[in-house]
Amino acid sequence: MIWHCNTAMLVASEPTRSNACPMLKVVNLSKSYRSAQETVHVLRGVDLTVARGESVALTGESGSGKSTLLHLIAGLDEADGGEVWVEEARVTGLADAGRAALRRTRLGLIFQQFNLVPSLSVADNLAFQSRLAGQHDAAWLRELITRLGLDALLKRYPEQLSGGQQQRVAIGRALAVKPALLLADEPTGNLDEATADEVVHLIRDLVARSGCGLLMVTHSARLAAMLDRRLHLRGGLLT
Amino acid sequence: MTRAAWVLAVLLSHWRRHPMQLATLLVGLIAATALWSGVQALNQQARVSYDRAAALFGGARTAMLIDPAHATFSQAAFVKLRRAGWPVSPVLEDRVQVNGRSVRLLGIEPVTMPTETASSSAIARNDLHAFVAPPGRTLVAPETLRDLGLAAGAMPRINDSGELPPLQPQPQLAPGVLIVDIGVAQRVLDKPGQISRLLVGKTTHNARDLPDKVAGTTLQRVAPDSETDLARLTDSFHLNLTAFGLLSFLVGLFIVNSAIGLAFEQRLPTLRTLRACGVSARLLNVVVVIELVSIALFGGLVGLMGGYVIAAALLPDVAASLRGLYGAQLPGTLSLQPQWWLAGIAMSVLGALAAAAASLMRMARLPLLAAAQPHAWQQAQRRWLWRQGVLALAMLIAAIGILVFGDSLLAGFAVLAALLLSAALALPVLLDSVLRLGGKGARNALPAWFWADSRQQLPGLSLALMALLLALAVNVGVGTMVQSFSATFVRWLDGRLSADVYISAANETQAAEIRRWLAARSDVTAVLPGARTEVQIEGAPVEIMGLADHATYRANWPLLRSVADGWDRLHADDAAFISEQLSRRLHLDVGSRLRIPAPAGDWSVDVVGVYADYGNPKGQLAVNIDALSRHFPDTPQTRFGLRVAPEHIAGVIAAMRVAFHLDARQLADQATVKAESKRIFNRTFAVTAALNTFTLGVAGIALLTSLLTLSGSRLPQLAPLWAIGITRERLAAIELLKTMAVALVTALLALPLGLLVAWCLIAVVNVKAFGWRLPFQVFPMQLLELLGVAMVAALLATLLPILKLARMQPATLIKIFANER
Ligand SMILES: Nc1ncnc2c1ncn2[C@@H]1O[C@H](COP(=O)(O)OP(=O)(O)OP(=O)(O)O)[C@@H](O)[C@H]1O
Ligand SMILES: [Mg+2]
Repeated sequence: MIWHCNTAMLVASEPTRSNACPMLKVVNLSKSYRSAQETVHVLRGVDLTVARGESVALTGESGSGKSTLLHLIAGLDEADGGEVWVEEARVTGLADAGRAALRRTRLGLIFQQFNLVPSLSVADNLAFQSRLAGQHDAAWLRELITRLGLDALLKRYPEQLSGGQQQRVAIGRALAVKPALLLADEPTGNLDEATADEVVHLIRDLVARSGCGLLMVTHSARLAAMLDRRLHLRGGLLT
Repeated sequence: MTRAAWVLAVLLSHWRRHPMQLATLLVGLIAATALWSGVQALNQQARVSYDRAAALFGGARTAMLIDPAHATFSQAAFVKLRRAGWPVSPVLEDRVQVNGRSVRLLGIEPVTMPTETASSSAIARNDLHAFVAPPGRTLVAPETLRDLGLAAGAMPRINDSGELPPLQPQPQLAPGVLIVDIGVAQRVLDKPGQISRLLVGKTTHNARDLPDKVAGTTLQRVAPDSETDLARLTDSFHLNLTAFGLLSFLVGLFIVNSAIGLAFEQRLPTLRTLRACGVSARLLNVVVVIELVSIALFGGLVGLMGGYVIAAALLPDVAASLRGLYGAQLPGTLSLQPQWWLAGIAMSVLGALAAAAASLMRMARLPLLAAAQPHAWQQAQRRWLWRQGVLALAMLIAAIGILVFGDSLLAGFAVLAALLLSAALALPVLLDSVLRLGGKGARNALPAWFWADSRQQLPGLSLALMALLLALAVNVGVGTMVQSFSATFVRWLDGRLSADVYISAANETQAAEIRRWLAARSDVTAVLPGARTEVQIEGAPVEIMGLADHATYRANWPLLRSVADGWDRLHADDAAFISEQLSRRLHLDVGSRLRIPAPAGDWSVDVVGVYADYGNPKGQLAVNIDALSRHFPDTPQTRFGLRVAPEHIAGVIAAMRVAFHLDARQLADQATVKAESKRIFNRTFAVTAALNTFTLGVAGIALLTSLLTLSGSRLPQLAPLWAIGITRERLAAIELLKTMAVALVTALLALPLGLLVAWCLIAVVNVKAFGWRLPFQVFPMQLLELLGVAMVAALLATLLPILKLARMQPATLIKIFANER
């Protein structure tokens, strides 16, 4: 079985847009947490592929390891075994600087616990990753702000926002970089149904327009049904 | 590096949202730098003037030839030695009156002047021709020019005998001196062909090769001192200042440390977000260091200005102390060298980095994902306390180890530092134990919460409490030492200055005249002849004093210990009292024997007593004066002490002044000398007291700022209590009680620690630094006073955050719940 597309193209900084190469490829990924009392095997050999322009929903009961999987894909944590490829870059083989560059330029993260910078205004929070990556596109950001309904909130600070408003700013920040792969961990957890639908539509639009991949964790069967494919995590394996 | 700039902007945005924290950080940096650099400015100012004075004397650091019997001698000796190839240079010196002020006039010969004296290079750099060719120049320090009320270029008249060449200010010169060409000096002083001394340069021959007595003349060689006398004498004074500066600096760094630690804690989520958004660990570390260094540079610069202000404010006291205690002349205005600025900035940056070391290290190893463990803080705190405890123990063992095995001044300071650090590190452990014990006794919900919450608050407060502990302990320590010193010094002064009038005759002939003159006066009850000579014992100079057998000495001499019939043996046998310094250096004590090298062969004496000789850098021996004359027949008998009834003292002095033309240095009455010494002594402690107050103030600020920063982060703990029905006033009262309780425990711990510090200063540092040990005394009133001050400081520091809490809008408290997701 060939896991990666091209061994000669392992450099993350110069991704080529080969259509044969999936956006994300996860191979036999395993992860366990050890503490003094017990060892929790969270992932026991997960295989997963997300193609260019594909949107995938990830479901599973609380504590099944969904967030853990997303952290490993983003290179935020070390896997025990297996490999993660984002385009041509083998995340599991990259050093810190390489992973940082990958996250900065190719990934958009909307995570449960990674929220906003409390000392920056909404406007600054939105622009901050794209500026960092040198991929700032003012017109695109304006469009995002309008579609996420953040126009009136730009001058506020995160502590002056409701939970759902904060979540929308986080989504805006992740999309502003026009990532190759969007990783979203319950991005609509704090939103009402109508807004949640609107946000997922927006995300799907982007995925379709830019050809980026989407992996979204959700508890809602309704939202999961809106995406191309649905995977379920149980007992450390994907079904 | 736009990416770095973006990251820096994000990091800096934290301070905009938390200006109080930034203020804390800056206050710490500024206070630390200001106190340290202020003290350094004083030290530097003093050292520069010692060097200038020494270079000018040409006596302290240069070997020279003098005529022991006469003030001046013929310059023929100069010509003769110069022909023989010796690098000698003539100097003529005398005091003159200019505009009613007494200054030293120094005539030099610039061409032959040894290069190592600063004054020669000052002239060489200047126009040599203008200096020697008529009308010549009079070089003078700018501050002296001001003191004399003259302008550059003026030609002051001297003693009716002539006019000086035009005055030219020269910044390198010591104050109070006028330098002219030797020809000018000979003319103005009316001493044609005369010189006071010959400086011996180092250029071709080694000065040691000069025979001690130059053939065909009566000249005698005087060896150079490796260190200037002033520098050596004043070492103790500057050491005291430096130690204080360093301690204040450390207390300031505690504030910096606590501010940085808190900021780091609050910025953890931001740092994680930055990492998640693609900032590499390396870039983040670099930017955090850049941020810190920039803040340190700013704080350092402001601190330097503060240091300048502090130094300028303390300078008059310091200058008065140095002038009175050691005769050192300090210019009245600060002039600072570039090194001072650079060193101050470097100190600020290095201090900030050191204070941030723990936070930086933690950040470098920051896991990207927050550990989602319940009770994480409890585990972390237990680990932290445990580590602190182990470190405290290690420090204590180190302190004891250095105390036992160390044998230098540096070791003495290391003992102090290790002891203080150990106590500071142990403080949270002790407080935690106290609070846990308290919690065990709590029956009701609220008290139980009180104790548990206090424990949880400990990490945030502990650094401020450590700073308070250190500041208090140092205050107690230094206060106790100073009080002990003060009490001892006054007693000692009474003992050593037991005669009523002191005379030092110019030479033996005059001494004999004075003795005859005194014998005829009925108002002089006793003449106590004294004599002094100097020998080398084990490579170091030792003074030998001859004491007359008189009840005055028996009653007053500050003997520390002696054999039972010490005084009888001193005057009857080959016996000596030795100074404490010498006793320590040579490891001699009562009962030992000592060989003194004397012209006619070694002289063996029994050590029959040890006496205190505070402040003298040289070792000293006291022997019977007749025995001294027997073994050292050349010793000039030119010194006397007089016993005079108090009402006759003024009369005797006035009569002697008229009869023998003795100046204030040669003729001094005890009461004035003593009063002056005490006054100066008190002024010396004014400086110490000021620095003490500064340090305590800084510790108070540390406590205030920590409490203010904590008060914000404590809302989530207090909001639920408010929600279940405890009023804000009640919560505020509980907070007040809590802070005062921990502050009280801290202050109570600081008292014994401070006494330990005092003991270390007295029994270790002073002994190593100066060779003498003070009797250790405890002053309970002083301790109580400090305890009170500490509690008032804690109360003031607590008040502001408490008032804030009591007046807090319910909306603020509600928001806690809104954001708690
Ligand atoms: N740092 C950690 N140490 C130990 N165990 C951990 C750690 N992080 C997560 N776990 C455990 O790993 C398992 C998976 O956690 P994860 O956060 O991935 O679940 P999840 O599927 O995202 O759940 P949810 O839907 O509630 O967000 C859980 O049982 C959790 O307790
Ligand atoms: Mg999760």
